[in-house]
Amino acid sequence: MIHDIYSLLRGPMVWLAFCIFAGGMVFRITAMVGLARQKDRVVFDYMNTRYALRSILHWMVPFAGVNMRKHPVMTLVAFVFHLSVLATPLFLCAHILLVKASWNLSWWFLPDGVADVMTACVVAACGFFLCRRMLLPDVRYLTTASDLFLLALVASPFISGFWACHQWPGYPVVMMAHMLSGEILLAAIPFTRLIHMFFFPFTRGYMGSEFGGVRHAKDW
Amino acid sequence: MTKPPAKARPHFADEGIEKGVQKLTGESITPVIRDILKTEGGARLKVYMETCAHCGLCSEACHHYLSNDRDPKYSPAGKVRQTIGEILRKKGAVSPGFIKTACEIAFTECNLCRRCVMYCPFGIDVAYLMLFVRRICHRLGVVPQYIQDTAHSHAATLNQMWVKEDEWIDTLHWQEDEAREEIPGLRIPLEKEGAEIFYSVIGPEPKFRAQLIYQAAVIMHVAGMNWTMPATPGWDNSDMCMYTGDFEMTARLKKAHFETAMRLKTKRIVMGECGHAFRSVHDVGNRFLGWKTEPLPVVHAIQFYYELFRDKKLTVKQKFDQPVTLHDPCNVVRGAGLHELARYIIHETCDRFIEMHPNREHNYCCNAGGGVINCGPPFTKKRVTSNSVKAEQLKAVKAKGANIIIAPCHNCHGGLEDIIKHYDLGMEIKFLGDIIYECIKKT
Ligand code: SF4
Ligand code: SF4
Repeated sequence: MIHDIYSLLRGPMVWLAFCIFAGGMVFRITAMVGLARQKDRVVFDYMNTRYALRSILHWMVPFAGVNMRKHPVMTLVAFVFHLSVLATPLFLCAHILLVKASWNLSWWFLPDGVADVMTACVVAACGFFLCRRMLLPDVRYLTTASDLFLLALVASPFISGFWACHQWPGYPVVMMAHMLSGEILLAAIPFTRLIHMFFFPFTRGYMGSEFGGVRHAKDW
Repeated sequence: MTKPPAKARPHFADEGIEKGVQKLTGESITPVIRDILKTEGGARLKVYMETCAHCGLCSEACHHYLSNDRDPKYSPAGKVRQTIGEILRKKGAVSPGFIKTACEIAFTECNLCRRCVMYCPFGIDVAYLMLFVRRICHRLGVVPQYIQDTAHSHAATLNQMWVKEDEWIDTLHWQEDEAREEIPGLRIPLEKEGAEIFYSVIGPEPKFRAQLIYQAAVIMHVAGMNWTMPATPGWDNSDMCMYTGDFEMTARLKKAHFETAMRLKTKRIVMGECGHAFRSVHDVGNRFLGWKTEPLPVVHAIQFYYELFRDKKLTVKQKFDQPVTLHDPCNVVRGAGLHELARYIIHETCDRFIEMHPNREHNYCCNAGGGVINCGPPFTKKRVTSNSVKAEQLKAVKAKGANIIIAPCHNCHGGLEDIIKHYDLGMEIKFLGDIIYECIKKT
């Protein structure tokens, strides 16, 4: 029984999650571009590669913008978090071994110790974000139940992964929880606020284009 | 989750809002909103609303938030949540009472200044979203009375201040007469076809600040410019309709303005020191007419004066001898990047310049912009108390010795004047034109 569930999570569910993720992403972006074509033609007129990249770059370099310097702790945590949340699953040795076993494909991986630290960073950052949501009145005012749910969703594959990896008590079950939560997270990205991952270059790029091209001003 | 206890919203009676709301019912609101969402609510609305991470990093950008004890209701994303957020969540099924509050938030608690855009990691355009709410209010007939009156004036007269055609011409003649006492050969050329410059102003100039036309005429004369003003409607470059959400009228106004300049076969439009008018001509109105940029070059006074000094068309007789500071108006700094040019002019004309902080793109709005001052007396007190952070900024620069604020924007003048009075700052506000007029060699 346990074995069946494991095989399901290890095989078809991974495929499903990836398909929903990739399909969802393509769908969301094409739908957005289609809608813009229909109702926001100006976006295409004003989109300007140079200014878009200028703005995106300024917002991807830590402390390049005024607001990032005003919130140094948040900036640091946010950058470490985003880097870790993307890089850890992609370059985790255990993940790459799984891929190698299936397709004989492999790539560079993180030393286990580093991956451990990065995982801990993700979890700690989620805790930090949760505290922000609870303690800062303005953030609390904006927080909805779905924001808390997403935070939990992001944290769970990392917590369970760490747990299973270190073979703490009950790790076989936790491992399955890890796989399931990871798959749910992946599939949820295109259909929740996590979509900001794809939309960031578009919103920032468009604003950078309007500020740079039309208003001749900086936007950071 | 539980929300922190919300402070009650203070009530401001405004006839335009009250009477407008009285005519609404739940059933009449929903179809209108759904229609707007269907026809005008496109990718920008959707993407902004769905990308916002509810992170609150925009809060401290907003002077309303900073000045109201950091009340979350006044944070940019907080205002979005209370208005368009709720409208989308309920798919337009909102009550008349909700529209009343939404109208007040969108019209009087956001200046569409776009400072928050520079603080949001995603560049979410809260000004666009608030304007969307204003558009809904406009379509529902719920708009603060005073600003709606100016919009009516725009519709009836093509200017903001109910100035009649003969009054306009009379005012120009009057200013010409006055100026000829100082400089005998001076003219304010009316309807001069083929002039290089079409000089346009906002409605309040002939109505309340006619001396600015006098000063501009002197500057044009001294610099030897080939310029003209029209004797017909189309002279006014201002536009409150873009702030009430009446975009059809915005298009009409800009069309009249551009066409008047073209009828006179002028090469470019030079406009007086106004911020919102520049936004309307350069960034907004042209779009509603299907022009990516303005159909003929439009030059703001700051850039124009800069060119005159750069090309040595004006020379300074004696520099202005009191220390000055500069308030960077949103619409010509975040909206046009003219901040360094303004400083160039100040360095040419003034002895001592003291920066206020923050400055340039990061300056705080005067809280008059975005049509907020045009919502009139019912909201004056709220407008000044909601910008105590500006008062602090001014106090700090005054402590450094600057008693004179240069603000190259009409709206900023109005807003700063009220702030100076309310907080008893005892400072004086000037246009660049005032300083230039005072300092240049006239013969
Ligand atoms: S007033 Fe300016 S900073 Fe505040 S919400 Fe509006 S656009 Fe943003
Ligand atoms: S508008 Fe931007 S800064 Fe403000 S809460 Fe949303 S994502 Fe954060």
